[in-house]
Amino acid sequence: MAKVLVVDDSASMRQMVAFTLKQAGHEVTEGRDGNDGLSKAQGLKADLVITDVNMPGMDGLQLTRELRKLGNYKFTPILVLTTEAGADKKQEGKAAGATGWLVKPFDPDQLMNTVNRVLR
Amino acid sequence: MSIDMSQFVDAFLEESFEGLERMETELLALEGGGDPETLNTIFRSAHSIKGGAGTFGFAAISEFTHGVETLLDRLRNGEQTADRDTVNLLLRAVDILRAQLEAARDGGEADPAEIAEVRTLIEAHLGEPAAEAPSSQTADTAVASSGAGWRIHFQPHRDLMRTGNDPLRMFEVLEEFGTLRVSCETGDLPGTAAGFDPEECYLAWTLELEGDTTEEQLREVFEWVEDECDLNIEPLTADAGAGAEPPDAPDAGASAAEATAAGGTRQPAASRGSESSSMRVNTGKIDALIDMVGELVITQSMLTDISEQLEDDPSQMEAQIERLRNGLAELERNTRELQESVMGIRMVPIAQIFNRFPRLVHDISGKLGKQIELTLKGEYTEIDKTVMEHLGDPLVHLVRNAVDHGIELPEARRAAGKPETGEVTLEAYHRGGNVIIEIRDDGKGMDAERILAKARDAGLVGPNQHLERHEILQLIFEPGLSTADQVSDLSGRGVGMDVVRKNIRGLGGNVELESEPGQGSRLTIRLPLTLSIMDGQLLKVGEETFVIPLIAIVESLQTQAGSVQQAFGKLPLYRLRDEYIPIVDLAALFGRAEPSPLPDPALLVVAEADDQRVALRVDDLLGQQQVVIKTLETNFRKVPGTAGATILGDGQVALILDAAGIARMAAGRDTRAA
Repeated sequence: MAKVLVVDDSASMRQMVAFTLKQAGHEVTEGRDGNDGLSKAQGLKADLVITDVNMPGMDGLQLTRELRKLGNYKFTPILVLTTEAGADKKQEGKAAGATGWLVKPFDPDQLMNTVNRVLR
Repeated sequence: MSIDMSQFVDAFLEESFEGLERMETELLALEGGGDPETLNTIFRSAHSIKGGAGTFGFAAISEFTHGVETLLDRLRNGEQTADRDTVNLLLRAVDILRAQLEAARDGGEADPAEIAEVRTLIEAHLGEPAAEAPSSQTADTAVASSGAGWRIHFQPHRDLMRTGNDPLRMFEVLEEFGTLRVSCETGDLPGTAAGFDPEECYLAWTLELEGDTTEEQLREVFEWVEDECDLNIEPLTADAGAGAEPPDAPDAGASAAEATAAGGTRQPAASRGSESSSMRVNTGKIDALIDMVGELVITQSMLTDISEQLEDDPSQMEAQIERLRNGLAELERNTRELQESVMGIRMVPIAQIFNRFPRLVHDISGKLGKQIELTLKGEYTEIDKTVMEHLGDPLVHLVRNAVDHGIELPEARRAAGKPETGEVTLEAYHRGGNVIIEIRDDGKGMDAERILAKARDAGLVGPNQHLERHEILQLIFEPGLSTADQVSDLSGRGVGMDVVRKNIRGLGGNVELESEPGQGSRLTIRLPLTLSIMDGQLLKVGEETFVIPLIAIVESLQTQAGSVQQAFGKLPLYRLRDEYIPIVDLAALFGRAEPSPLPDPALLVVAEADDQRVALRVDDLLGQQQVVIKTLETNFRKVPGTAGATILGDGQVALILDAAGIARMAAGRDTRAA
């Protein structure tokens, strides 16, 4: 069982990701956007962060940069959810310090396959 | 893992509808300039809808949104400008998306011709066919595979771990593909501790994987780090992997494609009724409710305690009764607060309707060549959800009228010495137990003479009947009276003013018109806060108690000598000023007693509904109180002349009278009367 922080401004996506992870036995904390995610992260030593990219206020890339600055999150896997399959978005994510990405749309199985690559 | 995705569809639909509203509002703001954040907000909404639609199985929506998103991205990057045409096209796209989402919710289908048309327009705007939505399909055609296995040389760059990647976890994934032999190269390790940074990676590995794997699968393991390492993958020589199974890669590819296809065409589980019964409630409201239930429990235990004390020690009666009174007062307060809170849960901000109007006014004024500024006030005024659902159409009609018939063309306004831009204001506020909605315009106002002339032509007003200006204006709500010189494309469709008033009255409210020629008009809609509780007057008729909505009562009075006219075989008529009002014997009407002659003096309650007045003969006026309306239809059947029933404090059931129904019954026109 791992502690996972899920950050997405879309409630339905957040619910889907959180539900899937909980079904798999993980403990999930939800963030409504980048700022909320960052403050939730500070009170929590998450084993994995999953964040959307496009969010109002602080976006997922900025959140990733901010998290990497925190001692607790220096090596924590951070997965970004992108819709653009294009290489530039993925590279932007990597440059910001993301571990990897998951391309939307995805289903629960794809989510768990990806999550299992970084949670062991 | 099998997870039912349909459970997230409601949330997806709800947030998507909100996203569309936001897109619409911001698109309209864009026309007036708009800051860079405006386009970002629009883009983000479209982006979320696309992502969610793809995930929750609405492929067509996702696909349509893709073109919209591409166009928005270009606007955002300054590659194209957001001119009026573009904004209008995007507004049409919003309409399409709304129709598609509604179809997804209600189980219908959005008009394919219209979708195709807008899609073509968007493509034309982009100057190219919109690229196909990137599919999640990863089934590659060329699947190089090696029956024997692979030799992988993996040399991470020093900073690989700084992105949270870990070679060990990648090796664990590789291990799942077959037998893995790992050898580590430590040549790059610094010789002394001084040069060693524990956060960096100095190692390299050679991995030999035996088993049936495609190169693609291996590259996928290293996909996230391909720029952070030197990677070399080559097949093991055949003899090294002797005995390995022949590849069956085509099968793997096909099943991946199948999975995607199945995911892409998933239908929503069940069709959803259009009056969907879910609503979003602020958690603060629920917390307040829980607090109040807590108080209620405390009060209840206090009352229980009092009753026990009374039993144990009857001598303390006086003091205990005092405590009992306090306890009951507390209970009353709790109940009232609880009632208000529960009602509050059904309340939603009227902004949910008001927000459609900027778009509506934009579209209509554009079509008519008028310049109009719409002002919304009090959008956060709360109103019962059911009332709101039924208020949309009447309001649309009234605003459309104000724009179409009220506001003049710019030249006409200039000639009249007014600014070229007309003003339409929509305002909502609470007054007493009512919600008031005003629609004001500074247009040309109503011509009372013309309305009166038309009403006389239509036979609504007698040739010699005199009406005050205020009364004449209210005639526009009568059926069969249209004041437009020509029926235009805009106001010709939809409902008439008579239907508007009927709908509003159906909600227990009313609508009034005030207007000054040359200065504009003001429509005032008055609505009850909720439909399930109303203020009622209790009436005694024989042994029965009835309730009549306070709003329906014109006046209560005692008959005076000579004020009642009795004609054989007809209802007696009461003369109230210049009007003759039929007197109804409620006891006889509901079959509770034989018709009896009117006593003198008689107590009458004059009630009004649908412009008909009727005088109810009662024996006594009891108190006024709030009553909870229970429908008879759901539990019994429709009873003519009643609007439902309620339970009084003493447990007695009282029928709630419907003045309009009684007037119809009294006139013998109600064919449903049993």
